[in-house]
Amino acid sequence: MYRYDEFDAAFVKDRVSQFRDQVQRRLAGELTEDQFRIHRLMNGLYLQLHAYMLRIAVPYGTLSARQLRKLADIARRYDKGYGHFTTRQNLQLNWPSLKDTPDILDELASVEMHAIQTSGNCIRNVTADHFAGAAADEIDDPRPYAEILRQWSSIHPEFSFLPRKFKIAVTGAARDRAAIQVHDIGYQLVRNSAGEVGFAVWIGGGQGRTPMVAKKIRDFLPAADLLAYSEAIVRVYNLEGRRDNKYKARIKILVHEKGAEPMRLAVEEEFAARNDGRLRLPQSEIDRIHAYFAPPALAARGARSNAFESRKASDAKFRAFVETNVAQHKIDGFGIVTISLKPIGGIPGDATSDQMDVVADLAERLGHDEIRVSHEQNLVLPHVAVDDIPAIYDVLAKHELATANVGQISDIIACPGLDYCSLATARSIPVAQRISDRFGDGERAHDIGDLKIKISGCINACGHHHVGHIGILGLERKGVETYQITLGGSADENCTLGDITGPGFSYEAVVDAVETVVDTYLGLRSDKTEDFLTAYRRVGMAPFKAALYEKNPGADI
Amino acid sequence: MTVIFKNGQFVEDTWKTVADGEDLPPSGHVIVPLDWWQAQRGAFEGSNVPIGVRIEPGTKIEDYAADISRFALIALAFPKFQDGRHFSTAQLLRERYGFKGELRAVGEILLDQVQLMSRCGFDTLQITDGPTLAALREGRATVLSRFYQPSPAAEAPVGTRPWLRKPA
Repeated sequence: MYRYDEFDAAFVKDRVSQFRDQVQRRLAGELTEDQFRIHRLMNGLYLQLHAYMLRIAVPYGTLSARQLRKLADIARRYDKGYGHFTTRQNLQLNWPSLKDTPDILDELASVEMHAIQTSGNCIRNVTADHFAGAAADEIDDPRPYAEILRQWSSIHPEFSFLPRKFKIAVTGAARDRAAIQVHDIGYQLVRNSAGEVGFAVWIGGGQGRTPMVAKKIRDFLPAADLLAYSEAIVRVYNLEGRRDNKYKARIKILVHEKGAEPMRLAVEEEFAARNDGRLRLPQSEIDRIHAYFAPPALAARGARSNAFESRKASDAKFRAFVETNVAQHKIDGFGIVTISLKPIGGIPGDATSDQMDVVADLAERLGHDEIRVSHEQNLVLPHVAVDDIPAIYDVLAKHELATANVGQISDIIACPGLDYCSLATARSIPVAQRISDRFGDGERAHDIGDLKIKISGCINACGHHHVGHIGILGLERKGVETYQITLGGSADENCTLGDITGPGFSYEAVVDAVETVVDTYLGLRSDKTEDFLTAYRRVGMAPFKAALYEKNPGADI
Repeated sequence: MTVIFKNGQFVEDTWKTVADGEDLPPSGHVIVPLDWWQAQRGAFEGSNVPIGVRIEPGTKIEDYAADISRFALIALAFPKFQDGRHFSTAQLLRERYGFKGELRAVGEILLDQVQLMSRCGFDTLQITDGPTLAALREGRATVLSRFYQPSPAAEAPVGTRPWLRKPA
């Protein structure tokens, strides 16, 4: 993992003391809420429906046990004993008091963490594949590059007042687990024909009220040019992005209105104009940052573990857990364990302080001190010996952390919605809970197989509904919540936006509608291996539409 | 008399801002709108009277590349603090077009932006925001001392982080 040196530590400390001064001035009444707003937004503090919300950056979703324990401790002492992991791999505290926030930031700084640029119209926390450094299909670890981007973009003098927020994601494999095609910039690590490492570059993806799939503007960018090219993209955006309407201010609209090819030319021209080599990354520096992310020394293990195999043979629940929650590691005898934060009927992404401590202990004892936060709002132990998985499972099960549903129908992404958010137009958490209760994690859910449901409580799409295999968008019509359903979205390397089924469904009816969609899929799939998305792509909308609107005449409102 | 913020303090402005249609004082030291300059530039052939120009956000600075060295001052307008386009214009003027004259930010500038502006190459700020003016008068600038981008004060260990150093 990256470790702060004195420079990084002093940088964060400076920022905290600056914020402490601003909070004191606000509490003393010297700053109005309006004047304070800009300071708090730059530090990840939002004023929500009921209270302030603090969004803590988890750079590229990587945590050590010490850091996760600190988050647990902060949530316990300054909040209500839980936190919410978000789709940007961050942690949100929903109930901190304003006067405590500088102390919280000091606590974070003590474990090399911060809340810088988790809000505001600037470059946000850079996200990466949550299996980075462990995935069998990886070309290179994306985190060193994400860390370089994090440093370069921190309090950037030129890019702190962009037209709108700006999100960058980096993935290390052709299989995209970081949803790069719905980001402002998506970097995909690739190798060219000479075997050199570089990036394919995608720009202009995004969700919100005008969802767009990103356009590829470079097949190969040498790794050394990562920052120079990023600066060129963001400069073109800063100068040319729309500022007359905040709903049209993201780079996706610029790319769409200007056209992908003229945009590519503008970026290339800006990139070519910087001939001073100022931002060129020497290989020695890439190597220096890379060294922090060196994989742990994994002692050789047999490819086959007797403890693991015999438990699998004797325990159906454990077998189900392994099938859904354990992924292949690049080294034989090791596995990647995903810890579902989606207990049946629970709030997606929430973890209690006690649960965070449990995961931290496991990581320290059996997981080489590494934890990841996934954009799908789960936690990951990226380096565990297959031999240890039964023991890990037993601990997780004791703390309601062993739900065997990763990638399945109850592994739902949901935004906070009307329960917390001041922008929301409808509830999303209770809809997720009801769907989860309806399908559970039993045989039926396993039979349904891979199915990603994503729920947003407003058009801003924080719950990624556009790229859900089944997407649900909560709206408000004449004072009543109504839920629009989309089908066929996907955030992976074959990124597509979902199609709207038709008129929306009431809060009461929406879970039945989801069930109708699922039953329709089960009835038409060619066999059990054809997952929902594949089946939808084969048959299209028609059978689902028929089932939804002919089966339930009058269900639409 | 206008007051501007320069090198950490308020000083009297020695420049006069001329609106459209006003006559130009022969001594120069006036800031004129870019359109005005475009229309009247012929009158300045062979003259070296110090001229400043005011540029609104959204202006493509590359369209005026040939004129840049003629100006003693360039005032970049910030009608709203959220409009950050001129942070990029400032960088372009300094880095790409080698502008050596006075670079000024004019308009709604907030406290947190003061240091960012100087880091982008601005020399002087003509600030309209009351709370920012008050805070600066009381010496309450929000100042950081370490940066991840090029600045005169690079304190990171030498050999690390090339992105925060200007090439020697």
